[in-house]
Amino acid sequence: MSQETNVHPGMNLGYSDGEHEAEVKVFGFWVFVMSDLVTFGLVFAIFGTMAGATAGGPGPEDVTDLKSIALQTALLLGSSFGFSWASLSMKYHNQRWRTLGWLAVAATSALSFLIVEAIDFRDWYHMGAVPQRSGYLSALWALVGLHGLHVAGGLVWMAAMTGQILRYGLTDQIKSRVTRMGLYWHFLDIVWIGIFSMVFLAGVA
Amino acid sequence: MEMTDIFGRLSWADLVLLDVFRSPSVDTAVSSGAAWIMVLGAAAVLVWLTVAGRWGWLWRDWLTTVDHKKIGIMYITLGFIMMARGIAEGVVMRSYQATAYQGGAFLSEEHWAELFSTHGTVMIFFVAMPFITGFMNYLIPLQIGARDMAFPVLNQISLGLTGTGAALVMISLALGGFETGGWTAYPPFTGADFDPGPGPDYWVWSIVLSGFGSMFSGLNFAVTIYKMRAPGMDYLKMPVFCWTALCTSILLIFALPPLTVAGLMQALDRLLGFHFFTNDLGGNMMNYANLFWMFGHPEVYILILPAYGIFSELTATFAAKRLYGYRSLVMATMSIAVISFGVWLHHFFTMGQSPSINAAFGIATAIIAVPTGVKVYVWMATLWRGRIRMTTPMVYMTGFFILFTIGGFSGIILANPAINWQVHNTQFIVAHFHNVLLPGLIFGIFAGIHIWFPKAYGFRLHERAGTITAILWIVGFAMTFLPLYAVGLLGYPRRSAAFDDPAFLPYMYVSLTGAFILLAAFCGLFVTLWISIRNRDSLAVPLGDPWDGRTLEWATPSPPPPWNFPVIPQVSSLDAFAKEKAEGKPYVQPAEYRDIELPAPTSAGMVVMVSTTALGFALTWWIWWLAAAAAFGLVAYFFVRSFFEYPHIVIPAIEVQRVNEAWIEALHLCTPVNRDHEDDPRNRGHAATDMAIAS
Ligand code: HEM
Ligand SMILES: [Cu+2]
Repeated sequence: MSQETNVHPGMNLGYSDGEHEAEVKVFGFWVFVMSDLVTFGLVFAIFGTMAGATAGGPGPEDVTDLKSIALQTALLLGSSFGFSWASLSMKYHNQRWRTLGWLAVAATSALSFLIVEAIDFRDWYHMGAVPQRSGYLSALWALVGLHGLHVAGGLVWMAAMTGQILRYGLTDQIKSRVTRMGLYWHFLDIVWIGIFSMVFLAGVA
Repeated sequence: MEMTDIFGRLSWADLVLLDVFRSPSVDTAVSSGAAWIMVLGAAAVLVWLTVAGRWGWLWRDWLTTVDHKKIGIMYITLGFIMMARGIAEGVVMRSYQATAYQGGAFLSEEHWAELFSTHGTVMIFFVAMPFITGFMNYLIPLQIGARDMAFPVLNQISLGLTGTGAALVMISLALGGFETGGWTAYPPFTGADFDPGPGPDYWVWSIVLSGFGSMFSGLNFAVTIYKMRAPGMDYLKMPVFCWTALCTSILLIFALPPLTVAGLMQALDRLLGFHFFTNDLGGNMMNYANLFWMFGHPEVYILILPAYGIFSELTATFAAKRLYGYRSLVMATMSIAVISFGVWLHHFFTMGQSPSINAAFGIATAIIAVPTGVKVYVWMATLWRGRIRMTTPMVYMTGFFILFTIGGFSGIILANPAINWQVHNTQFIVAHFHNVLLPGLIFGIFAGIHIWFPKAYGFRLHERAGTITAILWIVGFAMTFLPLYAVGLLGYPRRSAAFDDPAFLPYMYVSLTGAFILLAAFCGLFVTLWISIRNRDSLAVPLGDPWDGRTLEWATPSPPPPWNFPVIPQVSSLDAFAKEKAEGKPYVQPAEYRDIELPAPTSAGMVVMVSTTALGFALTWWIWWLAAAAAFGLVAYFFVRSFFEYPHIVIPAIEVQRVNEAWIEALHLCTPVNRDHEDDPRNRGHAATDMAIAS
């Protein structure tokens, strides 16, 4: 296991001890994401088996507002886009304000996503599409809610990262954390694509 | 403010301690008695800690340490504490069934149901899991030549979460009682309609919270094995135990999510009225069965693989031979890990699938027997013509060999859906799973303790006491559980509160006797420990290699220093230490010493344990303010913590050199002993290897 063969390409840390440490941490985070993916996969599967279990209550046609979903998709992908720029400016420019600027874009966009999603939840509530109504709605709320919770958690994480960058600058430690956060953020996008197509588009197709 | 704002639905009536005074009967005496034993036991420990002035010691040396060796020891200690409860329940249950002819038993049926539910939950999640996690913790870094886990703090947090789960199950003993739906807790029986709580809520939160801990342990071990191996240790030069640990870790990473998902959906059903598993409005309990067993089947391999690892190290070491067929064993382990994800449905053949689906899963199940069989042959071939020392580990191994094979065969029988339809849900199943869990997993753990206890504490365990205890376990097991195969075939259902057929009675009495032998065997473990501590001077093996071991952990003093190795070893072959000894040049010394950085102690694990215990308790009893406070506290703690550089302690090179050279000097002063003197005071842990067969 020579260190050179293992160095992590995403961070520009140079060939130091820190490089091996970052490599271990990023790998560990990949493993976590894998496990989380299994979790989402299972909730998707449960949703799949319950897609027809509306018990006479509101179904996919009632809860799907394609405009809102399109907007949410744009906002979440926009957030990921902003995050990509934050990672790139961290790697190539090493300027803390530039990185922070892009992080702010990513955070604002994700916060807007959550607000639009919350409005959807409120609308469902008002039309009686509450999870207590049917198996289908239980699975819907759980799946969309689980993703939303992940995004909210990510926002707290982003707030911590912002504070740390302000305090310490772009140290190796912080670079490694931002890289892991990036994995998480793009992963949530992929999950959203699944929700978008399998829950909403397929529901009204 | 109302009382319910402060205490949720908790009331005086939930205090099990008082049940016996409110309505005296044998039934309440047993439940209150158990609660009192726990409360007084805990109080005694607290008093002792205070009187003996041990709080600082407990906090500094144990609760805040991130040393993988100490964390491993704490896991195993937790396992033993919980096992005391599990065994006691087992004995009470056997007594119950021996008196259950025509419903004459001395406990209420509800109480009986609670007993098998807590017993199963405790044994699987808080005995078996901590045991194997403890072994993996202790051994992985030492065997791969690393200083610690990849994520030492996360490791401590995992232990905290396991502690949370155990604490919640223990609290249920004194407050409110546990669920009655078995360790599998199938809804809708455990749903809010049939059981408003708090029992199923205790189950959900203890399983979900400790489940996160297990998942993180798996992650930590896997990353450690992938990334932290000593230079030169390719995958195929790893000790077998590490291979089994790697496979178990992979299973933990992928198999825990289904359990978490099932548990949280059950919680949503119970707390917020969702309809995942309810009988009405589109709920579907089959989803629960599938999720649970997608975890549950891999779980049995999570538990047994590390035990296989221990038996593999054991055969090679105590037959003084290289393991026969290392590669086959590795392949077999990997195959088992992969196939174990494709068989879960055999736990509910009778629940409505089409015959072709049942057939597919039946065949997959039978196929798992092939790699398992490979292992048995590998061990046999390793023992063949070896110089076997018939000491305690080998006694356990013998018991394992004979009994586990019976358990394995009954498993192959059960894999056939047609037969399964006949015997499912009978005592035959109870016999089968105890037959693989006790002689397989538990014997493996106890054998492992005899082997590695001297590593951890610097003295051997008393041989005679150990052997007698091992024999008690073997005899006790056979008497308790083998008769259950027969009663199962006679048609006695499992989990049933009473029986009408007098033909079962003789079996019940034999089984009860066996349970008492098992109780004696359990006490035997502590007697062994007691005798060993009293004779620790003559049993001392500080030089570190009492059994002529083959892997890197034996090339350290006992107990190993906190930094494990003065310099990270360079590995060039399988069984590196055995090879060095055979070539006559073990204990290679470093050319130069360097400062060593170790992670500093932290209270993170305790913060997690306290806050998640509060969270689980609050959600069980609907104490919303406490739940919110605990969750917020947890997030805030980690938020703030992330702003601080994690501190390290530095061990100066000179100190490393001093410790290491003192040990080397002691090695030179001590005459190496050969295997004939393994069990006498001459064995100080410096082994004279048998070169002819050590290679
Ligand atoms: C002294 C040793 C033990 C005794 C006397 C004992 C006895 C029992 C009894 C009487 C039952 C209930 C059987 C029924 O449903 O009719 C049971 C269930 C069970 N036992 Fe044990 N047991 C012992 C050790 C263990 C160990 C070491 C483990 C696991 C590591 C274990 C795991 C279980 C499980 C998972 C169940 C199923 C609980 C359920 O039905 O949900 N037991 N045991
Ligand atoms: Cu199974």
